[in-house]
Amino acid sequence: MWRDHLTEIIVFTLLFLLVSAMGFVAARWRAPRDMAHLDEWGLGGRNFGGWITWFLVGGDLYTAYTFVAVPALIFGAGAMGFFAVPYTIVIYPMVFLVLCRLWSVSHRHGYVTPADFVRNRFDSPILALLVAITGIVATMPYIALQLVGIESVLKTMGVTGDNALARHLPIIIAFAILAAYTYQSGLRAPALIAFVKDSLIYIVILVAVIYLPYKLGGWGSIFDAADAKFKASPAPGDGILLNANNQLQYVTLAFGSALALFLYPHSITGVLASRNRDVIKRNMSALPAYSLLLGLIALLGYMAIAAKVKPLPGASAGSVDSNTVVPLLFDQQFPDWFAGVAYAAIGIGALVPAAIMSIAAANLFTRNIYKEYLKRDASPAQEAQISKITSLLVKVGALAFIIFLDPQFSIDLQLIGGVIILQTLPAVALGLYTRWFHRGALIAGWVAGMGMGMWMLYQIGNPATGKKHFAGSAFPLSEFGFDTKKTIYVGIVAVLVNLAVAALLTLVLRAAKVADGVDGTTPDDYFADEGDPRVTPGTERDADSAREPVA
Amino acid sequence: MAAPEPEAPTTARSRAKDHSPWNWLLFLPIVVPLIPAFFNADSPRLFGFPRFYWLQLAWIILGVATTTLVYQMTKKRGDR
Repeated sequence: MWRDHLTEIIVFTLLFLLVSAMGFVAARWRAPRDMAHLDEWGLGGRNFGGWITWFLVGGDLYTAYTFVAVPALIFGAGAMGFFAVPYTIVIYPMVFLVLCRLWSVSHRHGYVTPADFVRNRFDSPILALLVAITGIVATMPYIALQLVGIESVLKTMGVTGDNALARHLPIIIAFAILAAYTYQSGLRAPALIAFVKDSLIYIVILVAVIYLPYKLGGWGSIFDAADAKFKASPAPGDGILLNANNQLQYVTLAFGSALALFLYPHSITGVLASRNRDVIKRNMSALPAYSLLLGLIALLGYMAIAAKVKPLPGASAGSVDSNTVVPLLFDQQFPDWFAGVAYAAIGIGALVPAAIMSIAAANLFTRNIYKEYLKRDASPAQEAQISKITSLLVKVGALAFIIFLDPQFSIDLQLIGGVIILQTLPAVALGLYTRWFHRGALIAGWVAGMGMGMWMLYQIGNPATGKKHFAGSAFPLSEFGFDTKKTIYVGIVAVLVNLAVAALLTLVLRAAKVADGVDGTTPDDYFADEGDPRVTPGTERDADSAREPVA
Repeated sequence: MAAPEPEAPTTARSRAKDHSPWNWLLFLPIVVPLIPAFFNADSPRLFGFPRFYWLQLAWIILGVATTTLVYQMTKKRGDR
């Protein structure tokens, strides 16, 4: 059956090979004198300008999985899936000033990860370890989900095998190539590939939102078709508008997801790689261009309804894989060669975030576990080497998730990931503004928030699919004793509990005069900019001696 | 009206300290997109889009305009 899709497969493969070559060449792009330093391998030299940062962070935040899963959610549930739009609008004004502070203090002190900052700010290796572990655990399933994005495309092209190994072989090859060039080029590889990825996605979406409505009878009839489908379905929560019971969920999910997004290690990696504060501020104004793209992509879900797309069967008998609706829509509506381009856009779209995420997770391990607990006196070159190897292991782990476990498991874990990464908010985000919280109270708050979040997620079942636990992030308020059908996003409640515990315990610990460590930062550090002196020497790129070529 | 505070030139660091009244504007694009009463309706439709969709997409312009304005107004004076 893959023979029917031969043109698509050829176009997909050619574009994939092109970006792979770019990934290897990237090591020489803006080449440093010495790649054996985490600032170079893991942060691209901390020197990316406005355009590169825009493509890099855009390619990083708006992942292939997003492009596949958001329309799938719209296809299945309607308006609720559109939360991705307000989510990606409110985020930028929210972090406009916060990220500048993080960038400045990291620049001054040479921090590579958010946990580095927490370690120094609160003088607490334990708190830093918790932040690092939270980051790694939240990132792993996210990488695995990028594979789900590629798989939905391969499945639609009929690239499926008879046994598990044959079915997964294309993904294993793709990830091996990705692992190899990430190992060699570090953050420069995804930064360079992001140009191709985003250009392809912009082209595909522009064509899709002009050409498809024309073929399907205009936007009005697309929305009417979706409305008719949801009116006919028995599910209470769907529809092209929100109802009285899911508005709170919509708003809290959008807000909570926005709070979580820049706590993810991979987002912070992208931000720290930029050259100065201005680059960050300009990007906070320019990145919403991707939100427009995401909003239009989301509506592909309704186009799929209007075009009467039937999703392919899922992993278990009787289920459907709704992630295949967008690839199927392209297959059905576009000429083969252009469907191939669209598939390549999704496939390559998975590589950029997967690379950045694995780099971010590797940096966390190196800086906050290896250097902190295993080898205190690790040299910069050793750090870079450990990070490179860890990034390989992280990718093998993500691959194992997809091959040996039901992909649903990764989706569940990613859902949990959003809730747990939010629990680093008081230490990382509020910590940028205030040293008021006691380090012990922050640890206790983290534990309380984690416990609350896990308990709530465990309680959520979905009668329609028969799942009893971890079936979503919409927690019914009736469980708290309220007489209502309204639901709320778990992450918001968990982080509020976290904050309450941290605040109360801070008062207690302060009253009891428990030692609180020494703040390693000064107020002025939070405004440092490019060219200001650094506390840690960092890379010795400014030293003249390093400029001589090593013969 | 935001920038020329007299204390700035006394120290070597005359950089913007993130304290500007313009920053309060940033709350606008955080709060407005999170109020469903504004957008949760079908009519009026625009190019076939129900209000729910076109208005939420329009908030993107609100976000871009606000962050751009705040950036321009709080830029370091030497850069202009």
